[in-house]
Amino acid sequence: MTVALSGKEIASKIGEAIPQAVISVADMSVTVKSEQLFQVAKLLKETPRLEFDFLVNISGVDYLDYIEVVYHLVSLKHNHSLVLKTVCPDRDNPVVPSVVSLWRGADFLEREEYDLVGVRFEGHPNLKRIYLWEGFQGHPLRRDYL
Amino acid sequence: MVLKAEPMLISMGPHHPSTHGVFRMRLVLDGEVIIDAEPMVGYLHRGIEKLAETRTYTQVIPLTDRLDYLGSMTNNWAYVLAVEKLASIKVPERAEYLRVIMGELMRISSHLMAVGFLGNELGCTFTPLLYMFREREKIMDFFEMVCGQRLTYNYMRIGGLSHDIPEEFLPAVKKFVAEMPHYIDEYEQLLSENEIFLARTKGVGILPQELAISSSVTGPVLRASGMRWDLRKADPYSIYDRFEFDIPTGKVSDVYDRYLVRIQEMRQSVRILEQAIKQLPPGEARAKVPLLLRPPVGEAYAHIEAPKGELGFYLVSDGSIAPYRCRIRAPSFTNITALRDMLIGWKIADAVVIFGSIDIVLGEVDR
Repeated sequence: MTVALSGKEIASKIGEAIPQAVISVADMSVTVKSEQLFQVAKLLKETPRLEFDFLVNISGVDYLDYIEVVYHLVSLKHNHSLVLKTVCPDRDNPVVPSVVSLWRGADFLEREEYDLVGVRFEGHPNLKRIYLWEGFQGHPLRRDYL
Repeated sequence: MVLKAEPMLISMGPHHPSTHGVFRMRLVLDGEVIIDAEPMVGYLHRGIEKLAETRTYTQVIPLTDRLDYLGSMTNNWAYVLAVEKLASIKVPERAEYLRVIMGELMRISSHLMAVGFLGNELGCTFTPLLYMFREREKIMDFFEMVCGQRLTYNYMRIGGLSHDIPEEFLPAVKKFVAEMPHYIDEYEQLLSENEIFLARTKGVGILPQELAISSSVTGPVLRASGMRWDLRKADPYSIYDRFEFDIPTGKVSDVYDRYLVRIQEMRQSVRILEQAIKQLPPGEARAKVPLLLRPPVGEAYAHIEAPKGELGFYLVSDGSIAPYRCRIRAPSFTNITALRDMLIGWKIADAVVIFGSIDIVLGEVDR
């Protein structure tokens, strides 16, 4: 059974290494500042006994006041999981650092969220629309689109 | 004399018999050898995630049929599992068993197509495939018995199934389960030691394990790379912890291993089917769930081991009758992340085989 790690424990571990990165904590998820997302992701991937080696999914959710980007992480080695979130308060120009250099699987997932939700992933090697054509106006999965 | 050749750019697809739908590969060739490749998707994008936001939770189920249309049952299952997790709904025992039966039949059917079309791609056109269509036809008949549909089943409901199975279903499935191992032997006789098949698949399109893990590859492709990771064992959903089965893995991580893993997985599915049919309890096939379900505010991520890999739904509820956000984690989509690495260095004829060995369905890639 995949063990969902407690958000509190992970948050304290993140807090030790990167102070002031954690914004809020829930049972199974940790929300961090978007500026520190890359450092946090690197920490989660490389810390022994955490070793989140597998990125399951990236989801962008538009909450109208802000945009949330959700990372579902799993460690195949230890069989545990964590939900890592980050928040972009500026809805007109949401920017999140790219995690492609940590998990190659983020390549298409980030391009998809860029295309449909409009989150810009800074540092992505090839950030362009994946489903819709270049020149398409808007991002359909924003809640105020249509 | 040295011939000076410039790299040639070839657009393979969107309409190409080997791509199983509308998929385009932008290949850069040096002579016949691929030196760069880029998958281009989006030709079948229907905006299912957006459509889901305008429908009630139950009305989303038929949309999920249109994701991986060779695995509609498992798509239904992953979605209803996410809703059940979100709304904390308990599913009756009988429904769980029937879901496992449907899911494993679906896996066999999907793997049959994967292996059969791989044969097509190699040039043994249609002979192996038609053998496999023979058994897939039977599975489709079973699904027609339970829900009247042969491709887009819309059979699972939040809290169970749309109806219980008809009388004639179990005897027919029992007969099929008894026969299936012999049929699988027959496919193996045709392909597993066929000289041409071996020459075209052994050592071709190797995907090293580390790269597979880092590229979020799941399903038979990941297992063929030697990683023993199957959500039915790693994170047993439904009632998979009650069945005995093995997880086949590959050693060389090539096209042949992916073929072999699928063949062995079919055998394991038959094992699960035998046990599930034996243990199937009487009772209700559906829990009482309001038609206009309003799950509490919150979010849930549920995943299953679909035939092609990890299929997950991330649902966010705002307490209304429609999902606020319905994010689909499609295995076919993430599995092509590593396609470029598998293709580089191989000839264009191998590209078709390597691509076929990943087994993607464009309905799921583009959503």
